[in-house]
Amino acid sequence: MDQLLHQVVNGLATGAIYAVIALALVMNFNSTGHINFAQGEMAMFSTYVAWTLIAMGMPYGVAFLVTVAISFVGGMLLERFVLHRFRNAPLLSVVVVFIALFLGFNAVAGWIWGPVLKDFPSPVSSYKTGTSLVGAHELFVGAVAGAMLLLLYGFFRFTTLGLKMRAVACNPTSSRLVGIRVSWTLALGWGLAASIGAVAGMLIAPLTFLDPHMMTGILLYAFAAALLGGVDSPPGAVIGGLVVGVAENLLGAYVVGAELKMSVALVIVVLVLVYRPQGILGRVTVRRV
Amino acid sequence: MSASQQTAHPAALLDARGLRAYYGDAPALHGVDLRIEVGGKVALLGANGAGKTTMLRAICGLIRTQGEIAFAGQEIRGFATEDIVRLGIAHVPEGRGTFAELTVEENLRLGGIIHSDKARTRQDIDRFLRYFPRLKERIRQQAGTLSGGEQQMLAISRALMLRPRLMLLDEPSFGLAPLMVLEIFQILKRINEEERVSLLIVEQNARLALELADHGYLLETGRIVLHGSSAELKANEEVQRAYLGYSGSKARRPESTPG
Ligand SMILES: Nc1ncnc2c1ncn2[C@@H]1O[C@H](COP(=O)(O)OP(=O)(O)O)[C@@H](O)[C@H]1O
Ligand SMILES: [Mg+2]
Repeated sequence: MDQLLHQVVNGLATGAIYAVIALALVMNFNSTGHINFAQGEMAMFSTYVAWTLIAMGMPYGVAFLVTVAISFVGGMLLERFVLHRFRNAPLLSVVVVFIALFLGFNAVAGWIWGPVLKDFPSPVSSYKTGTSLVGAHELFVGAVAGAMLLLLYGFFRFTTLGLKMRAVACNPTSSRLVGIRVSWTLALGWGLAASIGAVAGMLIAPLTFLDPHMMTGILLYAFAAALLGGVDSPPGAVIGGLVVGVAENLLGAYVVGAELKMSVALVIVVLVLVYRPQGILGRVTVRRV
Repeated sequence: MSASQQTAHPAALLDARGLRAYYGDAPALHGVDLRIEVGGKVALLGANGAGKTTMLRAICGLIRTQGEIAFAGQEIRGFATEDIVRLGIAHVPEGRGTFAELTVEENLRLGGIIHSDKARTRQDIDRFLRYFPRLKERIRQQAGTLSGGEQQMLAISRALMLRPRLMLLDEPSFGLAPLMVLEIFQILKRINEEERVSLLIVEQNARLALELADHGYLLETGRIVLHGSSAELKANEEVQRAYLGYSGSKARRPESTPG
Protein backbone atom coordinates (compact mmCIF):
# COMPACT_ATOMS: atom_id res chain seq x y z
CA MET A 1 0.00 0.00 0.00
CA ASP A 2 2.80 2.37 0.94
CA GLN A 3 4.54 1.34 -2.23
CA LEU A 4 1.46 2.18 -4.30
CA LEU A 5 1.05 5.55 -2.60
CA HIS A 6 4.71 6.24 -3.19
CA GLN A 7 4.26 5.60 -6.92
CA VAL A 8 1.24 7.89 -7.04
CA VAL A 9 3.08 10.72 -5.28
CA ASN A 10 6.09 10.33 -7.54
CA GLY A 11 3.74 10.30 -10.49
CA LEU A 12 2.16 13.55 -9.35
CA ALA A 13 5.59 15.17 -9.06
CA THR A 14 6.72 14.21 -12.56
CA GLY A 15 3.18 14.86 -13.74
CA ALA A 16 3.47 18.44 -12.50
CA ILE A 17 6.50 18.85 -14.77
CA TYR A 18 4.63 17.38 -17.73
CA ALA A 19 1.82 19.76 -16.90
CA VAL A 20 4.18 22.72 -17.03
CA ILE A 21 5.61 21.76 -20.42
CA ALA A 22 2.18 20.81 -21.72
CA LEU A 23 1.07 24.29 -20.71
CA ALA A 24 3.88 25.82 -22.76
CA LEU A 25 2.79 23.70 -25.73
CA VAL A 26 -0.85 24.71 -25.30
CA MET A 27 0.00 28.41 -25.03
CA ASN A 28 2.00 28.21 -28.19
CA PHE A 29 -0.69 26.24 -29.94
CA ASN A 30 -3.33 28.76 -28.96
CA SER A 31 -1.45 31.73 -30.32
CA THR A 32 0.04 30.18 -33.46
CA GLY A 33 -1.90 27.00 -34.19
CA HIS A 34 1.26 24.91 -34.06
CA ILE A 35 2.77 22.44 -31.61
CA ASN A 36 6.35 23.51 -31.01
CA PHE A 37 8.22 20.21 -31.10
CA ALA A 38 11.41 22.04 -30.19
CA GLN A 39 9.95 23.19 -26.85
CA GLY A 40 11.69 20.37 -24.97
CA GLU A 41 15.06 21.00 -26.59
CA MET A 42 14.76 24.70 -25.78
CA ALA A 43 14.11 23.72 -22.16
CA MET A 44 17.14 21.41 -22.21
CA PHE A 45 19.28 24.25 -23.54
CA SER A 46 18.02 26.60 -20.82
CA THR A 47 18.85 23.98 -18.21
CA TYR A 48 22.43 23.83 -19.50
CA VAL A 49 22.60 27.60 -19.19
CA ALA A 50 21.49 27.27 -15.56
CA TRP A 51 24.07 24.53 -14.98
CA THR A 52 26.81 26.77 -16.38
CA LEU A 53 25.75 29.69 -14.18
CA ILE A 54 25.75 27.45 -11.11
CA ALA A 55 29.13 25.97 -12.08
CA MET A 56 30.45 29.53 -12.28
CA GLY A 57 29.51 29.91 -8.62
CA MET A 58 26.14 31.64 -8.85
CA PRO A 59 23.72 30.67 -6.03
CA TYR A 60 20.91 28.35 -7.16
CA GLY A 61 18.11 30.87 -6.68
CA VAL A 62 19.86 33.59 -8.66
CA ALA A 63 20.84 31.19 -11.42
CA PHE A 64 17.23 30.01 -11.57
CA LEU A 65 15.88 33.53 -12.08
CA VAL A 66 18.61 34.58 -14.50
CA THR A 67 17.94 31.45 -16.58
CA VAL A 68 14.22 32.22 -16.68
CA ALA A 69 15.02 35.75 -17.87
CA ILE A 70 17.55 34.61 -20.49
CA SER A 71 15.08 32.03 -21.79
CA PHE A 72 12.38 34.67 -22.04
CA VAL A 73 14.56 36.93 -24.16
CA GLY A 74 15.84 33.97 -26.19
CA GLY A 75 12.30 32.77 -26.91
CA MET A 76 11.29 36.26 -28.02
CA LEU A 77 14.30 36.64 -30.29
CA LEU A 78 13.63 33.22 -31.81
CA GLU A 79 10.11 34.31 -32.68
CA ARG A 80 11.13 37.72 -34.01
CA PHE A 81 14.00 36.52 -36.17
CA VAL A 82 12.99 32.99 -37.19
CA LEU A 83 9.36 32.02 -36.71
CA HIS A 84 8.04 35.45 -37.60
CA ARG A 85 9.17 34.82 -41.18
CA PHE A 86 7.07 31.68 -41.37
CA ARG A 87 3.88 33.23 -39.98
CA ASN A 88 1.93 32.60 -43.17
CA ALA A 89 4.01 29.72 -44.47
CA PRO A 90 2.44 26.35 -45.29
CA LEU A 91 2.26 23.81 -42.47
CA LEU A 92 5.07 21.69 -43.86
CA SER A 93 7.54 24.59 -43.82
CA VAL A 94 6.65 25.30 -40.21
CA VAL A 95 7.18 21.66 -39.28
CA VAL A 96 10.55 21.74 -41.01
CA VAL A 97 11.49 24.85 -39.01
CA PHE A 98 10.56 23.10 -35.76
CA ILE A 99 12.61 20.03 -36.72
CA ALA A 100 15.54 22.28 -37.59
CA LEU A 101 15.25 24.00 -34.21
CA PHE A 102 15.01 20.63 -32.48
CA LEU A 103 18.15 19.30 -34.15
CA GLY A 104 19.91 22.64 -33.89
CA PHE A 105 19.48 23.01 -30.12
CA ASN A 106 20.43 19.39 -29.63
CA ALA A 107 23.59 19.67 -31.72
CA VAL A 108 24.70 23.00 -30.27
CA ALA A 109 24.20 21.73 -26.70
CA GLY A 110 26.25 18.61 -27.49
CA TRP A 111 28.93 20.77 -29.08
CA ILE A 112 29.21 23.24 -26.19
CA TRP A 113 28.75 20.98 -23.21
CA GLY A 114 29.75 17.55 -24.55
CA PRO A 115 27.85 14.28 -24.41
CA VAL A 116 28.80 13.38 -20.82
CA LEU A 117 25.93 13.28 -18.31
CA LYS A 118 26.09 16.08 -15.77
CA ASP A 119 24.68 16.24 -12.28
CA PHE A 120 22.17 19.04 -11.86
CA PRO A 121 21.74 20.18 -8.27
CA SER A 122 18.49 20.35 -6.37
CA PRO A 123 18.31 23.22 -3.87
CA VAL A 124 16.64 20.90 -1.38
CA SER A 125 18.85 17.83 -1.73
CA SER A 126 20.22 18.17 1.80
CA TYR A 127 16.75 18.16 3.38
CA LYS A 128 14.92 15.07 4.57
CA THR A 129 11.14 14.93 4.58
CA GLY A 130 11.04 12.42 7.45
CA THR A 131 8.95 9.97 5.42
CA SER A 132 9.81 7.48 2.74
CA LEU A 133 6.63 8.43 0.94
CA VAL A 134 7.95 11.52 -0.77
CA GLY A 135 11.42 12.92 -1.30
CA ALA A 136 12.39 16.55 -0.69
CA HIS A 137 12.94 17.24 -4.38
CA GLU A 138 9.54 15.82 -5.33
CA LEU A 139 7.94 18.20 -2.83
CA PHE A 140 9.98 21.06 -4.26
CA VAL A 141 8.88 20.14 -7.79
CA GLY A 142 5.24 20.04 -6.74
CA ALA A 143 5.49 23.38 -4.96
CA VAL A 144 7.28 25.22 -7.77
CA ALA A 145 5.11 23.76 -10.52
CA GLY A 146 1.96 24.52 -8.52
CA ALA A 147 3.06 28.08 -7.80
CA MET A 148 3.87 28.61 -11.45
CA LEU A 149 0.53 27.31 -12.64
CA LEU A 150 -1.25 29.67 -10.21
CA LEU A 151 0.91 32.56 -11.34
CA LEU A 152 0.11 31.88 -14.98
CA TYR A 153 -3.57 31.57 -14.20
CA GLY A 154 -3.49 34.95 -12.48
CA PHE A 155 -1.53 36.45 -15.34
CA PHE A 156 -3.98 35.37 -18.03
CA ARG A 157 -7.05 36.00 -15.97
CA PHE A 158 -6.29 39.33 -14.33
CA THR A 159 -3.67 41.31 -16.25
CA THR A 160 -4.11 43.46 -19.35
CA LEU A 161 -1.22 41.73 -21.11
CA GLY A 162 -2.78 38.36 -20.32
CA LEU A 163 -6.07 39.54 -21.82
CA LYS A 164 -4.24 40.73 -24.95
CA MET A 165 -2.56 37.35 -25.32
CA ARG A 166 -5.86 35.54 -25.01
CA ALA A 167 -7.38 37.91 -27.56
CA VAL A 168 -4.60 37.24 -30.05
CA ALA A 169 -5.02 33.49 -29.57
CA CYS A 170 -8.75 33.88 -30.13
CA ASN A 171 -8.84 36.21 -33.15
CA PRO A 172 -5.66 37.81 -34.53
CA THR A 173 -7.39 40.10 -37.04
CA SER A 174 -9.84 41.49 -34.49
CA SER A 175 -6.91 41.96 -32.14
CA ARG A 176 -5.20 44.20 -34.68
CA LEU A 177 -8.47 46.07 -35.17
CA VAL A 178 -8.59 47.00 -31.49
CA GLY A 179 -4.99 48.22 -31.73
CA ILE A 180 -3.09 45.31 -30.18
CA ARG A 181 0.42 44.91 -31.60
CA VAL A 182 -0.10 41.29 -32.52
CA SER A 183 3.40 40.40 -33.64
CA TRP A 184 4.88 41.67 -30.38
CA THR A 185 2.28 39.78 -28.42
CA LEU A 186 3.20 36.57 -30.23
CA ALA A 187 6.87 37.18 -29.48
CA LEU A 188 6.03 37.70 -25.80
CA GLY A 189 4.10 34.43 -25.90
CA TRP A 190 7.18 32.64 -27.19
CA GLY A 191 9.26 34.23 -24.48
CA LEU A 192 6.80 33.13 -21.84
CA ALA A 193 6.68 29.57 -23.20
CA ALA A 194 10.48 29.42 -23.23
CA SER A 195 10.60 30.59 -19.59
CA ILE A 196 8.05 28.00 -18.57
CA GLY A 197 10.08 25.33 -20.34
CA ALA A 198 13.23 26.49 -18.56
CA VAL A 199 11.57 26.05 -15.16
CA ALA A 200 10.42 22.56 -16.13
CA GLY A 201 13.92 21.65 -17.31
CA MET A 202 15.53 22.84 -14.06
CA LEU A 203 12.96 20.88 -12.05
CA ILE A 204 13.43 17.64 -13.92
CA ALA A 205 17.21 17.69 -14.39
CA PRO A 206 18.01 16.57 -10.79
CA LEU A 207 15.85 13.48 -11.43
CA THR A 208 17.24 12.54 -14.84
CA PHE A 209 20.77 13.97 -15.04
CA LEU A 210 21.56 16.64 -17.57
CA ASP A 211 22.30 15.56 -21.13
CA PRO A 212 21.30 16.78 -24.59
CA HIS A 213 18.59 14.12 -24.88
CA MET A 214 17.05 14.57 -21.47
CA MET A 215 13.88 16.26 -22.74
CA THR A 216 13.07 14.08 -25.73
CA GLY A 217 11.02 11.58 -23.76
CA ILE A 218 9.59 14.23 -21.50
CA LEU A 219 8.31 16.22 -24.45
CA LEU A 220 6.50 13.10 -25.61
CA TYR A 221 4.78 12.77 -22.21
CA ALA A 222 3.95 16.46 -22.21
CA PHE A 223 2.53 16.16 -25.70
CA ALA A 224 0.40 13.23 -24.55
CA ALA A 225 -0.70 15.33 -21.57
CA ALA A 226 -1.63 18.29 -23.76
CA LEU A 227 -3.59 16.07 -26.14
CA LEU A 228 -5.31 14.26 -23.30
CA GLY A 229 -6.37 17.50 -21.63
CA GLY A 230 -7.42 19.13 -24.90
CA VAL A 231 -4.71 20.76 -26.95
CA ASP A 232 -6.24 24.23 -26.61
CA SER A 233 -7.11 24.08 -22.92
CA PRO A 234 -4.67 25.34 -20.25
CA PRO A 235 -6.52 23.68 -17.33
CA GLY A 236 -6.70 20.54 -19.49
CA ALA A 237 -2.92 20.59 -19.83
CA VAL A 238 -2.56 20.56 -16.05
CA ILE A 239 -5.01 17.72 -15.54
CA GLY A 240 -3.53 15.81 -18.48
CA GLY A 241 -0.03 16.23 -17.07
CA LEU A 242 -0.96 14.84 -13.67
CA VAL A 243 -2.90 11.93 -15.17
CA VAL A 244 -0.07 11.03 -17.52
CA GLY A 245 2.49 11.30 -14.71
CA VAL A 246 0.59 8.97 -12.42
CA ALA A 247 -0.33 6.55 -15.22
CA GLU A 248 3.29 6.39 -16.34
CA ASN A 249 4.51 5.59 -12.83
CA LEU A 250 1.85 3.02 -11.97
CA LEU A 251 1.99 1.23 -15.31
CA GLY A 252 5.79 1.36 -15.23
CA ALA A 253 5.91 -0.14 -11.73
CA TYR A 254 3.17 -2.76 -11.97
CA VAL A 255 2.29 -3.50 -15.57
CA VAL A 256 4.68 -2.83 -18.40
CA GLY A 257 7.95 -2.35 -16.50
CA ALA A 258 10.41 0.52 -16.66
CA GLU A 259 11.70 -0.33 -20.13
CA LEU A 260 8.34 0.07 -21.80
CA LYS A 261 7.24 3.16 -19.87
CA MET A 262 7.79 5.39 -22.87
CA SER A 263 5.22 3.47 -24.88
CA VAL A 264 2.58 4.55 -22.34
CA ALA A 265 2.79 8.06 -23.78
CA LEU A 266 2.45 6.80 -27.33
CA VAL A 267 -0.52 4.66 -26.43
CA ILE A 268 -2.20 7.66 -24.81
CA VAL A 269 -1.52 9.80 -27.87
CA VAL A 270 -3.03 7.25 -30.22
CA LEU A 271 -6.05 6.54 -28.00
CA VAL A 272 -6.87 10.24 -27.63
CA LEU A 273 -6.47 10.93 -31.33
CA VAL A 274 -8.74 8.05 -32.23
CA TYR A 275 -11.43 8.27 -29.57
CA ARG A 276 -11.53 11.86 -28.32
CA PRO A 277 -9.54 14.29 -30.48
CA GLN A 278 -10.74 17.28 -28.48
CA GLY A 279 -9.34 15.80 -25.24
CA ILE A 280 -10.94 16.06 -21.80
CA LEU A 281 -11.48 19.81 -21.69
CA GLY A 282 -10.83 20.75 -25.31
CA ARG A 283 -13.23 23.14 -26.88
CA VAL A 284 -16.33 22.17 -28.68
CA THR A 285 -17.31 25.79 -28.84
CA VAL A 286 -20.94 26.65 -28.64
CA ARG A 287 -21.30 29.19 -31.40
CA ARG A 288 -24.54 30.50 -32.76
CA VAL A 289 -24.70 32.61 -35.87
CA MET B 1 -20.75 60.46 -64.02
CA SER B 2 -21.03 61.97 -60.57
CA ALA B 3 -24.59 62.61 -59.53
CA SER B 4 -23.58 65.71 -57.62
CA GLN B 5 -20.85 68.29 -57.90
CA GLN B 6 -18.81 68.45 -54.73
CA THR B 7 -18.88 72.21 -54.65
CA ALA B 8 -18.96 73.03 -50.98
CA HIS B 9 -15.94 71.49 -49.23
CA PRO B 10 -16.49 71.10 -45.52
CA ALA B 11 -13.55 69.55 -43.71
CA ALA B 12 -12.98 65.98 -44.88
CA LEU B 13 -12.43 63.42 -42.12
CA LEU B 14 -11.44 60.75 -44.60
CA ASP B 15 -10.30 61.47 -48.12
CA ALA B 16 -9.21 58.56 -50.29
CA ARG B 17 -7.87 59.33 -53.76
CA GLY B 18 -6.92 56.90 -56.48
CA LEU B 19 -7.02 54.02 -54.02
CA ARG B 20 -5.96 50.65 -55.38
CA ALA B 21 -5.93 47.42 -53.41
CA TYR B 22 -4.48 44.01 -54.18
CA TYR B 23 -4.94 40.42 -53.11
CA GLY B 24 -1.52 39.09 -54.00
CA ASP B 25 -1.01 40.53 -57.46
CA ALA B 26 -4.69 40.62 -58.36
CA PRO B 27 -6.17 44.11 -58.08
CA ALA B 28 -9.55 44.40 -56.33
CA LEU B 29 -9.89 48.21 -56.29
CA HIS B 30 -8.91 50.20 -59.36
CA GLY B 31 -8.45 53.77 -58.20
CA VAL B 32 -11.30 54.66 -55.86
CA ASP B 33 -12.07 58.20 -54.68
CA LEU B 34 -14.16 58.44 -51.52
CA ARG B 35 -14.75 61.26 -49.06
CA ILE B 36 -16.34 61.36 -45.64
CA GLU B 37 -17.03 64.69 -43.99
CA VAL B 38 -16.63 65.26 -40.28
CA GLY B 39 -19.79 63.89 -38.70
CA GLY B 40 -20.91 62.42 -42.03
CA LYS B 41 -22.77 59.21 -42.69
CA VAL B 42 -21.74 57.54 -45.92
CA ALA B 43 -23.19 54.39 -47.46
CA LEU B 44 -21.01 52.22 -49.67
CA LEU B 45 -23.25 50.14 -51.89
CA GLY B 46 -22.64 47.45 -54.43
CA ALA B 47 -23.37 43.88 -55.40
CA ASN B 48 -21.62 40.88 -53.93
CA GLY B 49 -17.95 40.88 -54.90
CA ALA B 50 -17.90 44.56 -55.90
CA GLY B 51 -15.09 45.34 -53.47
CA LYS B 52 -16.91 46.88 -50.50
CA THR B 53 -15.19 44.77 -47.86
CA THR B 54 -11.91 45.33 -49.66
CA MET B 55 -12.44 49.10 -49.43
CA LEU B 56 -12.82 48.93 -45.63
CA ARG B 57 -9.80 46.63 -45.35
CA ALA B 58 -7.80 49.03 -47.48
CA ILE B 59 -8.63 51.98 -45.23
CA CYS B 60 -7.52 49.96 -42.18
CA GLY B 61 -4.29 48.80 -43.76
CA LEU B 62 -5.27 45.14 -43.67
CA ILE B 63 -4.26 44.63 -47.32
CA ARG B 64 -1.70 46.00 -49.74
CA THR B 65 -2.73 49.32 -51.29
CA GLN B 66 -1.58 52.15 -53.53
CA GLY B 67 -2.87 55.70 -53.73
CA GLU B 68 -3.65 58.19 -51.00
CA ILE B 69 -5.74 58.06 -47.85
CA ALA B 70 -5.86 61.18 -45.71
CA PHE B 71 -7.47 60.89 -42.28
CA ALA B 72 -8.08 64.19 -40.48
CA GLY B 73 -5.52 65.72 -42.82
CA GLN B 74 -2.84 63.11 -42.13
CA GLU B 75 -1.68 60.66 -44.77
CA ILE B 76 -2.24 57.16 -43.35
CA ARG B 77 -1.85 54.87 -46.33
CA GLY B 78 0.87 52.34 -45.65
CA PHE B 79 0.53 52.64 -41.86
CA ALA B 80 0.22 49.45 -39.82
CA THR B 81 -3.36 48.57 -38.90
CA GLU B 82 -2.57 48.98 -35.20
CA ASP B 83 -1.45 52.57 -35.79
CA ILE B 84 -4.42 53.47 -38.02
CA VAL B 85 -6.77 52.16 -35.34
CA ARG B 86 -5.02 54.26 -32.71
CA LEU B 87 -5.75 57.40 -34.74
CA GLY B 88 -9.47 56.77 -34.22
CA ILE B 89 -10.77 54.48 -36.96
CA ALA B 90 -12.87 51.62 -35.61
CA HIS B 91 -13.74 48.75 -37.92
CA VAL B 92 -16.72 46.48 -37.32
CA PRO B 93 -15.67 43.72 -39.68
CA GLU B 94 -17.59 41.33 -41.85
CA GLY B 95 -18.74 38.48 -39.62
CA ARG B 96 -18.48 40.78 -36.55
CA GLY B 97 -15.02 39.66 -35.43
CA THR B 98 -16.20 38.56 -32.00
CA PHE B 99 -13.64 37.20 -29.54
CA ALA B 100 -15.87 34.17 -29.20
CA GLU B 101 -14.16 32.44 -26.26
CA LEU B 102 -13.95 35.61 -24.16
CA THR B 103 -16.75 37.16 -22.16
CA VAL B 104 -18.82 40.13 -23.31
CA GLU B 105 -17.04 42.28 -20.75
CA GLU B 106 -13.60 41.15 -21.92
CA ASN B 107 -14.59 41.91 -25.51
CA LEU B 108 -15.53 45.43 -24.45
CA ARG B 109 -12.35 45.92 -22.43
CA LEU B 110 -10.38 44.87 -25.50
CA GLY B 111 -12.22 47.48 -27.55
CA GLY B 112 -10.73 50.15 -25.28
CA ILE B 113 -7.38 48.47 -24.77
CA ILE B 114 -5.42 51.31 -26.38
CA HIS B 115 -6.58 53.63 -23.59
CA SER B 116 -4.57 53.00 -20.47
CA ASP B 117 -7.03 54.71 -18.10
CA LYS B 118 -8.84 51.74 -16.57
CA ALA B 119 -11.37 53.78 -14.61
CA ARG B 120 -12.45 55.49 -17.79
CA THR B 121 -12.70 52.14 -19.58
CA ARG B 122 -15.14 50.99 -16.91
CA GLN B 123 -17.17 54.18 -17.30
CA ASP B 124 -17.16 53.76 -21.06
CA ILE B 125 -18.52 50.23 -20.76
CA ASP B 126 -21.46 51.53 -18.73
CA ARG B 127 -21.95 54.48 -21.03
CA PHE B 128 -21.98 52.54 -24.29
CA LEU B 129 -24.04 49.67 -22.93
CA ARG B 130 -26.84 52.18 -22.46
CA TYR B 131 -27.37 51.84 -26.20
CA PHE B 132 -27.57 48.07 -25.83
CA PRO B 133 -29.34 47.20 -22.56
CA ARG B 134 -29.69 43.55 -23.48
CA LEU B 135 -25.91 43.18 -23.65
CA LYS B 136 -25.67 44.48 -20.13
CA GLU B 137 -27.60 41.47 -18.87
CA ARG B 138 -25.13 39.18 -20.64
CA ILE B 139 -21.95 40.92 -19.56
CA ARG B 140 -20.39 37.78 -18.03
CA GLN B 141 -21.50 35.46 -20.79
CA GLN B 142 -19.11 33.95 -23.32
CA ALA B 143 -19.45 36.12 -26.43
CA GLY B 144 -19.67 33.14 -28.79
CA THR B 145 -22.92 32.09 -27.16
CA LEU B 146 -24.74 35.35 -28.00
CA SER B 147 -27.31 35.48 -30.78
CA GLY B 148 -26.29 37.01 -34.11
CA GLY B 149 -27.98 40.31 -33.32
CA GLU B 150 -26.39 40.49 -29.90
CA GLN B 151 -22.99 39.78 -31.42
CA GLN B 152 -23.52 42.65 -33.86
CA MET B 153 -24.41 44.90 -30.93
CA LEU B 154 -21.29 43.72 -29.14
CA ALA B 155 -19.18 44.45 -32.22
CA ILE B 156 -20.57 48.00 -32.41
CA SER B 157 -20.11 48.70 -28.71
CA ARG B 158 -16.61 47.25 -28.84
CA ALA B 159 -15.86 49.66 -31.69
CA LEU B 160 -17.25 52.54 -29.61
CA MET B 161 -14.87 51.64 -26.78
CA LEU B 162 -12.05 52.86 -29.01
CA ARG B 163 -13.72 56.31 -28.85
CA PRO B 164 -13.32 56.55 -32.61
CA ARG B 165 -13.87 59.50 -34.90
CA LEU B 166 -14.82 57.20 -37.74
CA MET B 167 -16.58 53.85 -37.62
CA LEU B 168 -16.45 51.46 -40.56
CA LEU B 169 -19.29 48.94 -40.59
CA ASP B 170 -19.30 45.92 -42.90
CA GLU B 171 -22.86 44.73 -43.54
CA PRO B 172 -24.19 45.19 -40.02
CA SER B 173 -27.57 43.84 -41.17
CA PHE B 174 -26.17 40.56 -42.45
CA GLY B 175 -28.09 37.51 -41.28
CA LEU B 176 -30.26 39.42 -38.81
CA ALA B 177 -34.04 39.45 -38.41
CA PRO B 178 -35.70 42.60 -39.88
CA LEU B 179 -36.71 44.00 -36.49
CA MET B 180 -33.19 43.58 -35.17
CA VAL B 181 -31.85 45.34 -38.26
CA LEU B 182 -34.15 48.31 -37.71
CA GLU B 183 -33.12 48.54 -34.06
CA ILE B 184 -29.43 48.49 -34.95
CA PHE B 185 -29.80 51.17 -37.63
CA GLN B 186 -31.69 53.41 -35.21
CA ILE B 187 -28.89 53.02 -32.71
CA LEU B 188 -26.29 53.82 -35.38
CA LYS B 189 -28.15 57.06 -36.09
CA ARG B 190 -28.07 57.96 -32.40
CA ILE B 191 -24.39 57.07 -32.14
CA ASN B 192 -23.62 59.38 -35.05
CA GLU B 193 -25.48 62.24 -33.38
CA GLU B 194 -24.70 61.70 -29.71
CA GLU B 195 -21.13 60.41 -29.90
CA ARG B 196 -20.22 62.46 -32.98
CA VAL B 197 -18.82 59.42 -34.74
CA SER B 198 -18.74 59.56 -38.53
CA LEU B 199 -19.96 56.41 -40.24
CA LEU B 200 -19.01 54.50 -43.36
CA ILE B 201 -21.55 51.72 -43.81
CA VAL B 202 -21.21 48.91 -46.30
CA GLU B 203 -24.57 47.41 -47.16
CA GLN B 204 -26.26 45.22 -49.71
CA ASN B 205 -29.56 46.51 -48.38
CA ALA B 206 -29.40 49.84 -50.23
CA ARG B 207 -32.79 51.11 -49.11
CA LEU B 208 -31.87 50.78 -45.46
CA ALA B 209 -28.42 52.29 -45.91
CA LEU B 210 -29.63 55.30 -47.90
CA GLU B 211 -32.29 55.94 -45.28
CA LEU B 212 -29.53 56.37 -42.66
CA ALA B 213 -26.76 57.90 -44.74
CA ASP B 214 -26.46 61.42 -46.08
CA HIS B 215 -24.19 60.38 -48.94
CA GLY B 216 -23.75 57.22 -50.92
CA TYR B 217 -21.20 55.65 -53.23
CA LEU B 218 -21.91 52.86 -55.66
CA LEU B 219 -19.10 50.39 -56.22
CA GLU B 220 -18.93 48.01 -59.18
CA THR B 221 -16.07 45.58 -59.75
CA GLY B 222 -13.62 47.74 -57.87
CA ARG B 223 -14.67 51.12 -59.32
CA ILE B 224 -16.95 53.87 -58.06
CA VAL B 225 -19.59 54.24 -60.77
CA LEU B 226 -21.86 56.71 -59.03
CA HIS B 227 -21.91 58.93 -55.97
CA GLY B 228 -24.01 61.68 -54.53
CA SER B 229 -26.38 62.59 -51.76
CA SER B 230 -28.73 59.90 -50.54
CA ALA B 231 -31.69 61.73 -52.07
CA GLU B 232 -29.98 61.86 -55.44
CA LEU B 233 -29.09 58.19 -55.33
CA LYS B 234 -32.58 57.19 -54.30
CA ALA B 235 -33.92 59.12 -57.26
CA ASN B 236 -31.41 57.63 -59.67
CA GLU B 237 -32.99 55.17 -62.09
CA GLU B 238 -30.06 52.80 -62.22
CA VAL B 239 -29.93 52.59 -58.45
CA GLN B 240 -33.67 52.07 -58.28
CA ARG B 241 -33.59 49.31 -60.85
CA ALA B 242 -30.58 47.43 -59.52
CA TYR B 243 -30.53 48.11 -55.79
CA LEU B 244 -33.89 49.33 -54.61
CA GLY B 245 -35.85 46.65 -56.43
CA TYR B 246 -38.38 48.93 -58.18
CA SER B 247 -38.25 46.72 -61.24
CA GLY B 248 -36.53 43.44 -61.92
CA SER B 249 -34.98 41.34 -59.22
CA LYS B 250 -33.11 42.88 -56.32
CA ALA B 251 -30.21 40.52 -56.75
CA ARG B 252 -29.62 41.47 -60.38
CA ARG B 253 -26.41 43.31 -61.00
CA PRO B 254 -26.50 46.51 -63.06
CA GLU B 255 -24.76 46.66 -66.44
CA SER B 256 -21.23 47.68 -65.85
CA THR B 257 -20.47 51.25 -66.83
CA PRO B 258 -16.86 51.95 -67.68
CA GLY B 259 -15.14 53.85 -64.88
N1 LIG C 1 -8.92 37.03 -49.49
C1 LIG C 1 -9.10 37.24 -50.81
N2 LIG C 1 -8.23 36.74 -51.70
C2 LIG C 1 -8.39 36.93 -53.02
N3 LIG C 1 -9.40 37.62 -53.56
C3 LIG C 1 -10.31 38.14 -52.73
C4 LIG C 1 -10.20 37.99 -51.30
N4 LIG C 1 -11.25 38.61 -50.72
C5 LIG C 1 -11.96 39.14 -51.74
N5 LIG C 1 -11.40 38.87 -52.94
C6 LIG C 1 -11.91 39.30 -54.25
O1 LIG C 1 -11.98 40.71 -54.27
C7 LIG C 1 -13.18 41.14 -54.89
C8 LIG C 1 -13.95 42.02 -53.95
O2 LIG C 1 -14.36 41.26 -52.82
P1 LIG C 1 -15.05 41.92 -51.55
O3 LIG C 1 -14.37 43.18 -51.22
O4 LIG C 1 -15.13 40.89 -50.50
O5 LIG C 1 -16.51 42.21 -52.12
P2 LIG C 1 -17.82 42.67 -51.35
O6 LIG C 1 -17.49 42.93 -49.93
O7 LIG C 1 -18.28 43.89 -52.09
O8 LIG C 1 -18.81 41.55 -51.51
C9 LIG C 1 -13.94 39.88 -55.27
O9 LIG C 1 -13.71 39.64 -56.64
C10 LIG C 1 -13.32 38.81 -54.44
O10 LIG C 1 -13.33 37.59 -55.13
MG1 LIG D 1 -18.22 41.97 -48.24
